[in-house]
Amino acid sequence: MAVITMREAISQALWEEMERDQKVFIMGEEVGVWGGTYAVTKGFLDHFGSERVRDTPIAEAAIVGAAIGSALGGLRPVAELMTINFAFVAMDHIVNEAAKLHYMFGGQMKLPLVIRTPGGGGRQLGATHSQTPDAIFAHFPGLKVVAPGTPADAKGLLKSAIRSDDPIFFIENATVYQQRGEVPEGELLIPIGKSKIQREGADVTIVTYSKMVSYSLKAAAELEKEDISAEVIDLRTLRPLDLEPIIASFKKTNHAVIAEEGWRSYGVGSEIAARIYEQAFDYLDAPIQRVAQKEVPLPYNRRLEQMALPQVADIVNAVKEVLR
Amino acid sequence: MANIVEMPKLGFDMAEGTLVSWIAEEGQDITKGDVLADIETDKATVQVESSFTGIVHKHLVEENKTIPIGTPIAVIADKGEDVDLEALLKQASKPDKPSSPPPETASAEKQPAPQLQNTGTDDEFIKASPLAKKIAADAGIKLSSISGTGPEGRIVKRDVEKHLSDSPAPTAKTQSVKTETAIRQGEDQQIPISKLRAAIGRRMVTSHTTIPDFTITYSYDVEALITMRQQMNADRADEEQLSVNDFIVKAVALALRDYPNLNASISEEKIIRHGNINIGNAVAVESGLLTIVVNNADQKSLDQIGHEISTMAGRVRAGKVNPDDIEGSTFTISNLGMFNVHDFTAIINPPEAAILAVASAQETPIIENGNVLIGWRMKATIAADHRITDGAEAAQFMRHLSTFLEQPWRLI
Repeated sequence: MAVITMREAISQALWEEMERDQKVFIMGEEVGVWGGTYAVTKGFLDHFGSERVRDTPIAEAAIVGAAIGSALGGLRPVAELMTINFAFVAMDHIVNEAAKLHYMFGGQMKLPLVIRTPGGGGRQLGATHSQTPDAIFAHFPGLKVVAPGTPADAKGLLKSAIRSDDPIFFIENATVYQQRGEVPEGELLIPIGKSKIQREGADVTIVTYSKMVSYSLKAAAELEKEDISAEVIDLRTLRPLDLEPIIASFKKTNHAVIAEEGWRSYGVGSEIAARIYEQAFDYLDAPIQRVAQKEVPLPYNRRLEQMALPQVADIVNAVKEVLR
Repeated sequence: MANIVEMPKLGFDMAEGTLVSWIAEEGQDITKGDVLADIETDKATVQVESSFTGIVHKHLVEENKTIPIGTPIAVIADKGEDVDLEALLKQASKPDKPSSPPPETASAEKQPAPQLQNTGTDDEFIKASPLAKKIAADAGIKLSSISGTGPEGRIVKRDVEKHLSDSPAPTAKTQSVKTETAIRQGEDQQIPISKLRAAIGRRMVTSHTTIPDFTITYSYDVEALITMRQQMNADRADEEQLSVNDFIVKAVALALRDYPNLNASISEEKIIRHGNINIGNAVAVESGLLTIVVNNADQKSLDQIGHEISTMAGRVRAGKVNPDDIEGSTFTISNLGMFNVHDFTAIINPPEAAILAVASAQETPIIENGNVLIGWRMKATIAADHRITDGAEAAQFMRHLSTFLEQPWRLI
């Protein structure tokens, strides 16, 4: 099996889907001539032409709005927002249109739209360019929110997203584009809305997604040295949530840690913890721990930035706390 | 007005009691003297009566909870009364509170805003994880019997599991039927020591290790007593039948009048000769034995003694005891006559000076004037505290006792 980077996996997914279906096209800032801010669409313009690889002005509302219109018109747009931080500019289109049109018009039209956008901190881009506001988008019914943590999942989920008739908000993480992993060559479709056990364990359930998947796996490897067996579950999709494997795992381990890169308050960890409390209260042996970003705008200073972001050691410590 | 009922002190050495079950439910009407709850002390299960009339406003203690004496267990209020529980409990926890309901003026004095202080309820909460609670409940284990090792003493899964593995539940016995001479493997059983068992243990260890006792055995001719009892019982209803023991109680009580050193206790530097002759009778109950007491037995008729003993024995065997039934004996009789025993000794019931172990009345060969005759004899053995009395005195008492047992008309 080929070992490729997350960037290559996403690129493959886009390429394969554009080859497969003429209706698939991409649009966004610098996706064409420049080949993508993170070089995901390098070579696409030459191969697919400017009709299907469209550079746009720096106008996120226009990008998402145009993508919605083309999707309603029968195309399958993949709109790219340079970072998730810029999605706020397009918020009205995302939450008031993309998330609601199908519902408000009684299902008369489909909205086969994918919005790709990288988030996350740790690259010294300052407080406004380093956010992980994933939970905000997962808040809205009507939107599917996907956030893969491995190259294989990124490829399989993006291909499924492009083929889906629903609006999908596809969150990548800027710091893991270079992360490598085994990816099956050729057709790979991973269903949206299914979480995955990335590592089996018996003592504690670590629920996580996106960048924190690799952190959690590292934490699990460290904990193993101390004879603590951690199970790592990758959500992969934030909405709809696939809780079954989490509840089953928790009923086995009775202890949970939830690791996310975003802020703790009203976060993904809060939601997962609440679901566990609701559905597996009698299996709870200790308060659930959440590992998350410190509640500050992310500092620019590298050392401070790393202090504010959740680290492998934070996950290790949280596991030890729930097992105390 | 609302009143608090506290865990009563039902014996001189009672420090705590277990609220076994509530008899009067919350919201129920209750009249002063009505039974409120069953309480288990070191010695017995006792019914606690309400000292107030009203409705049972609130139970403050869960069933099967063990709490110190004086702890509030219930609130009795007027119907429809708005009870400020916190203020009431705060008042109750004052050390110098009046024993009777305080006068109106006192209660009208507005107290400063009561502090959040839930006496009696806070310490009932046992910190345990939901999982630990569930495992314990499924296994029928009380959380109070498990010690927690989690954060701040929380009982967690490992604690319950450890408790379970330390005290394995008796598993279903498997019978081997493979061979004709199948031998069933016995299993050791671990039985928790009941409060009563523990109390008996404590008292007996104290008695056996601190009292220098001696024993004297005497053989009584009880032919006349048996004949007289038969005659007396002939025209009595079943419930009025007199037992041999009733005669013995009366006889012992009368004999003790002349031997105050045997109706005594030792305390520090003093010997206390008791003014009353209260005869304790050891009664076997399910988990041990209790001593029911006939007060002033020397002044009571055989009928009265018989009635009191059968009433009290019925109560204690049913597990319901009035504290008065089991407190205040000055001399104890242990009678194993019904078991066809030849002779035995008993351990003194402290702080008493002596105990009389009464064996069975038996038909036996008697030598009289060189002839072998058939007669009735009953042996009794006194164990006495040598710090209070001596062999000669105890022997004289035993001989003196014969004048009552062998001439039973003196007991009428």
